[in-house]
Amino acid sequence: MVETIIFVLMGLAAIAGAITVVMARNPVYSAIGLLGTLFAVAVLYVLQLAHFVAAVQVIVYAGAVLTLFLFVIMLIGVDKEENREENLRFQRPVVGVLAGVIVVMAAALTAFGDFDWVPASGAVIPEVTNGTIQAVAEPLFTDWVLAFEATALLLTIAAAGAIALAHYRRRESTDG
Amino acid sequence: MLVNQFLILAAALFSLGVYGLLVRRNIVLILLSVELMLNAVNINLVAFESMIRSADATGQIFTIFIITVAAAEVGIGLAIVLMIFRNRRSADVSDLNLMRW
Repeated sequence: MVETIIFVLMGLAAIAGAITVVMARNPVYSAIGLLGTLFAVAVLYVLQLAHFVAAVQVIVYAGAVLTLFLFVIMLIGVDKEENREENLRFQRPVVGVLAGVIVVMAAALTAFGDFDWVPASGAVIPEVTNGTIQAVAEPLFTDWVLAFEATALLLTIAAAGAIALAHYRRRESTDG
Repeated sequence: MLVNQFLILAAALFSLGVYGLLVRRNIVLILLSVELMLNAVNINLVAFESMIRSADATGQIFTIFIITVAAAEVGIGLAIVLMIFRNRRSADVSDLNLMRW
């Protein structure tokens, strides 16, 4: 029961944040909306006993990625209004009708369809009692070690590439 | 606790992400929408992991990999956005017609 209440509250918060992301006129509001979504989703991870993923979500996404986003938004200016004029005249109404049809079909499928409500496994892996870091770390450094190293290489390349792009000048200047 | 509710939430978040990707003209907001879609995928993975509850926590590990790759993607993406803004003085995708036929 408590889990359902938490899910409904956090689900609504996530949806509200997502709507803010796609609707807000000011890009800063969009970024803050994504922050709300990320925190709500982190709570949902804790609800599913994925504590370590929730911590990573908050630290990496809400901490690093969103700071980077806000930094770039501030850097390129927030005062310029987006041009939201639609060039294809009949596109909006047609898309609205199609989206309505899809929503009605999805709702009908959920309500009347032959739809299995799958319960989450009640079994708690033993490592969870010691915190999920152990449960995640052991396969990460044994079964998935090659993917782990490849990700490390990817991150190094991405960091080097980002710095190279930011430093690039078309005409060679002496300051490098 | 059911798994389906998380899948429905993930579908809603993914759809909102697709909507933002198609409608917004600001490059930074398009990248934000991509982040929204990646998050929806992560919700799915963690939900299926809580359904199977395998001993090797594969769903959570995949989620961590996706978060890492998303961080790398944002780093490169925002560097490209800064580059474009420096060259064209605009972050609007409608103004980027350099490779348009």
